[in-house]
Amino acid sequence: MTETTTAPSLGRWPLARAVEREMRVFSKLWRGTIFSTFLSPVLFLVAMGIGVGGLVDERSGGVQGLNYLAFIVPGIMAASAMQTASGDSLWGVMAGMKWMRFFHGMVATPLRPADVYAGKVVWTGMRIALSSTVFLCIASLFGGVLSPLGVLAVPSTILTAVAFSAVIAGWSATQETDKNFAIVFRMMVMPLFLFSGTFFPVSQLPDRIEPLSRLSPLYYGVDLCRMFTTGEPRWADAAINAAVLVAMAAVGWRFGTRSFTKRLAS
Amino acid sequence: MSVEEPLVMARGLKKRFGDFEAVAGIDVEVHRGEVFGFLGPNGAGKSSTMRMIGCVSPVTDGRLRVLGMNPREEGPAIRARLGVVPQEDNLDTELSVWDNLAIYGRYFGLPRPLIKQRAAELLEFVQLTDRKADRVEPLSGGMKRRLTIARGLMNQPELLLLDEPTTGLDPQARHLLWERLYQLKLRGVTLVLTTHYMDEAEQLCDRLVIMDRGHIVAEGSPRQLIDQHSTKEVVELRFATLDERESALPRLADLSGRVEPVGERVLVYTDDGDATLAAVARDGVEPASVLVRRATLEDVFLILTGRTLDD
Repeated sequence: MTETTTAPSLGRWPLARAVEREMRVFSKLWRGTIFSTFLSPVLFLVAMGIGVGGLVDERSGGVQGLNYLAFIVPGIMAASAMQTASGDSLWGVMAGMKWMRFFHGMVATPLRPADVYAGKVVWTGMRIALSSTVFLCIASLFGGVLSPLGVLAVPSTILTAVAFSAVIAGWSATQETDKNFAIVFRMMVMPLFLFSGTFFPVSQLPDRIEPLSRLSPLYYGVDLCRMFTTGEPRWADAAINAAVLVAMAAVGWRFGTRSFTKRLAS
Repeated sequence: MSVEEPLVMARGLKKRFGDFEAVAGIDVEVHRGEVFGFLGPNGAGKSSTMRMIGCVSPVTDGRLRVLGMNPREEGPAIRARLGVVPQEDNLDTELSVWDNLAIYGRYFGLPRPLIKQRAAELLEFVQLTDRKADRVEPLSGGMKRRLTIARGLMNQPELLLLDEPTTGLDPQARHLLWERLYQLKLRGVTLVLTTHYMDEAEQLCDRLVIMDRGHIVAEGSPRQLIDQHSTKEVVELRFATLDERESALPRLADLSGRVEPVGERVLVYTDDGDATLAAVARDGVEPASVLVRRATLEDVFLILTGRTLDD
């Protein structure tokens, strides 16, 4: 080789480059996502928190000593984080792999499949940071956030989103079509959305079913958010909840890195 | 080192997918400044070879060095100096024409002012400056391919890999693309391309290999390949039916050392087309139409494999 050939910069942060792509797209398309990421949780908040909540508070004096609005704010926060993260990681990954194939363009550069995967998951976390912050502000205007500790609910939703995204994006990369995606939403996302302590305490479930709620990763996310927004932190439980979500993210990460590599570099 | 290592060097290079051997042990060398081609029909192993050279597809067996490095260990460092134009468009349809180039520059870690300058120059080069703010989707096939070439040049690669660069394009778009590729060659960019069009290989390639079923069956410049493996001229006789062709075949075989039946046609290889044509008439063979032409790479492929390039 000639000595004069200088290697161009590899970019020290390939992951950041992959995230930058998502940011660039988001900066163009964010208006289209307002409804799903900002408005729809707020509608839930108004309908359930104020509408249903009025009835609940009138009849039973709230839930677990909280007014219903304050009870469901953390539920909605964590559940929408899961929902947005899942949708992005299903269809978003299929678009990059098959529909538009831009992931294949990315791995022809110094970026590796692992960077493309990581970029997707990290961006999902960033996007949730933004939407959760907006939601938290709105919820506090409605009086649904009872403590300044509530700000800790934002990192809790990020952790929830990353855990789901890590697993689901990894799985999407193994799929040839999106025909199973609706099933994932119906059979996994929806049941978790409803039965993870989101809208009612899991203690309301029949005794034999209640322990099953502990199998739901969302349960840990909701519980984390709730202890912060209501200002009743149980630090030991918080550590356990966070550990469950971190473990899920770590397992998903390992799996996703492999499935992306298998799919993009075979 | 005084003698420069080839930009691409493969020895016994293999790619297997399960039981299927897509590339069955090939030797290739590409030198700086040349336009090197892989010519062969679909499924010959050209794209698999390109993906290994592009360091996205791991080598199954054999030795491969690209830009003097080992793709297994230094994939990102090699890819930093390559440009890739894939067979299937993979432009970012969620972004504009300009943003496609800009984000690609970022994937290579280029600073923003440099990206601005290069993207503007490259859009000019591929004649898409007036479309820079547009979305990618409405662009024609030829424009998309040109944009993909511009994208592949953002990092000023030493080696540009083009997989079937003009497949699916209309003749006008193809010629424009060939002309742009020729300009790149004049600028000293080394090009490696795959094609199943013999005219593309003849127009562009300094040197090429003919691939068939994972093997290299011949290597050389287009001229050398034709001189070595084919006669100078070809007489094409087209018959009305396959039966007529069958009955004429033995008589034609007596006229020339080599005849190749292809559908209703018979190709007669000869160094003097007109003389052969006269002999055909004397023999009482009556084809529906006749054509005398110079031999092409298509003929070389037919002679070497017994099949045509679009099989």
